[in-house]
Amino acid sequence: MKKLIISLLISFASTSVFAGSHSPCGVTSGSINILANEFTTYRIFMDEVKSCAGPDADFNVTHSVDHNKLQVAALSANPAEFSAKLVTNGSITPLMNDGLIRPLDDLVAKYGSNLNDNQKITIDGKIYAVAFMANAQHLWYRESILNDLGISVPSTYEEVIAAAEKIKAAGVMENPYAGAFKSGWNLGQEFVNMYLGHGGEFFKSGSAQPNVNNEKGVAALNVIKKLTELSNPDFLTQDTNAVKEEWESGNVALMHVWNSGAASLLDDEGDQNIKADTRLAPSPTVGGGDKPATTLWWDGIAIATNTSDENAEASFRALVGAASSTDLANNNPNATVWLIKGYTPGDTAGPVVDAASRGTTPYPSFPHMSLMHGALSTELVEFLQGNESAEKALADVEAAYIAKATEQGFL
Amino acid sequence: MPHRTFFWFILPTALAMILFIGLPIVSSFFQSLHIENEQVLMEVENCDPFGCTTNVRVDVEATEKIEAENPLGRFNGFGTYTDRNHLAFDEIREAWDNKTSIGEFKDTVLNLPFYKALLFTLTFCFAVTPPVIVLGFIVALSVNTLAKKLKGFIVFGTILPMIVTPLIGSLVLFWMIDSQGIIGASIQILFDDPNLSLKASSNLTWITLIIYGIWHNTPFAFVVFYAALQTVPQDPLEAAFIDGASRFERVRFIVIPHLYPVATFIMLICLMDNFRVFEPIIGFSAEGVAQSLSWMIYQDLRNENKMLFGSAGATSMLTILGIAFLLTPVLIRTWKEFKTER
Repeated sequence: MKKLIISLLISFASTSVFAGSHSPCGVTSGSINILANEFTTYRIFMDEVKSCAGPDADFNVTHSVDHNKLQVAALSANPAEFSAKLVTNGSITPLMNDGLIRPLDDLVAKYGSNLNDNQKITIDGKIYAVAFMANAQHLWYRESILNDLGISVPSTYEEVIAAAEKIKAAGVMENPYAGAFKSGWNLGQEFVNMYLGHGGEFFKSGSAQPNVNNEKGVAALNVIKKLTELSNPDFLTQDTNAVKEEWESGNVALMHVWNSGAASLLDDEGDQNIKADTRLAPSPTVGGGDKPATTLWWDGIAIATNTSDENAEASFRALVGAASSTDLANNNPNATVWLIKGYTPGDTAGPVVDAASRGTTPYPSFPHMSLMHGALSTELVEFLQGNESAEKALADVEAAYIAKATEQGFL
Repeated sequence: MPHRTFFWFILPTALAMILFIGLPIVSSFFQSLHIENEQVLMEVENCDPFGCTTNVRVDVEATEKIEAENPLGRFNGFGTYTDRNHLAFDEIREAWDNKTSIGEFKDTVLNLPFYKALLFTLTFCFAVTPPVIVLGFIVALSVNTLAKKLKGFIVFGTILPMIVTPLIGSLVLFWMIDSQGIIGASIQILFDDPNLSLKASSNLTWITLIIYGIWHNTPFAFVVFYAALQTVPQDPLEAAFIDGASRFERVRFIVIPHLYPVATFIMLICLMDNFRVFEPIIGFSAEGVAQSLSWMIYQDLRNENKMLFGSAGATSMLTILGIAFLLTPVLIRTWKEFKTER
């Protein structure tokens, strides 16, 4: 029944009137082929894109958690494998580095009259992407468990650790904390959060020289280590989706995952008692810092350079139709924090708005950041397993980064 | 076979091998000698929902211009081979000069990515191959004594692990050894330790991968041994039987010597296969604690958006050298056997 209502609402949304001279929806020529990450909010967004494209459109979408790894190769081909890509402030950089996405000013002028100005991602004066949602990782907690033990909602990581230790000591849960510590991109991201929370800078100012082997880096690693000791021993194999499963199984009382997780954690599937007990809280600060230890992200649409103008226009129309659909936003207010015009934030938007208002750093968009992230992905594991000191792990990160950045021509 | 006939016989194969194996290797080697052109960076103003900031980006036009002039990138000779992510000559020299004990030197070297991967690759190779040969032989002997009716069915069941795609096979096992999976939960009950996790420690992960490797490779050894068993001459076996030799003695003194060349062949193929171990690492999400040379190549080509062709090429070349080095003794042995048979 719920699905029926949603689909009715979506079809209603797609017929709503657009103020611009050109309505983006109802694509009849050109083919649309989109590459996107895989999580519930994107699925909701893509349903809207599909209905905006209309029944006559040649519409394809590929959802993959490996989208980051696929994108450069797929869009470098000419013609590109995909006509459009859902990007974030993290994944747009490699595409910009190689000139693989095109400026959208003309298309925005033609079809984007319903966009907010802050949706337009401008780089050097040109629009390269249109953002539709904001996202951040933040704290989630089980209210009844914290209440039973008289723990107040933690606002620093030191309090998170104390709370988790208390829950463990009380015998309520064996591994009360969870975070996406899977070795690879996720683990790198946890360090990015914690290092920025300590006020760290990844590169020496004005250069591509690494700058993580310092007191802040060591402090960040030590906090991560403490958190992993309170997590499931399999933490190195758990990505965000696995962590959400742990949560839904009732094994976890505190976790730090994406705001967009609300779309699947707070839906009507799974244990409703756990859902009713799930609360969202701002991302904690760490080590006496004033900024939350997290990063701000926007998610948006970008169009491939190496695709025909016809396909580019078709893809842009369908995507921007969804990215300016007020109904999409207001029918799914808790799926994420939409940036769409006319959106009334739902109950779950709080932590992201809080992060933004407290000056949280957006994910760094240096051209060489992905190499740093890659080095973090692989070199921190031994420290977390207790086989290496924090200083050694960070020295390894820098050395691995330098070798890669030299080969890529950044150093 | 006269040389002329042999030439025409081998020509199509040789051509295909040059085209599909030789040339790609040459091209990878060439690529491995080069690194990317210098990236031209410029300062730009970026505006997004969180505000406007000044940031650096790659100057695509300027970089493309350099790229057009120099499409292969900058020539780096063997620089990539000796850098920290490969053979790491400088780091090893430094570690040797600064060592306080051999143990410390060993730790430093095995902390370097290439040597870490090499250690796992070799451990995997040498831990998997002998059990595979022994198990394959035992299974072949057992199946060979079965009644004819049962044989076809049992043979099919036995080669199943080889038929299952490595990635799928390892994923299935990965879920089974989860602390909530059937194997993981049973082990926890067996050892009475609710925190025991096969995925958590590096030693247990290595053991899991090795057991998986044995499980996956044994059918191959079995099939080859089973076929070879059909060629064991019956006369000496019967004679030995009449002379009162036990089953063990017959196997030890007649069957094993007959199958010896086959065992060498299996060892050759197994070493070669296991040296390029890759899928189980992905399937078991074991990247954190177990990296192989093949995994390093994969990582270079899919490292968070940036493809490091030079680095991947260098690792590929080193892998080929590694396999050649590993197989030399076996090949020399085969060659000697071949000569004496002549």
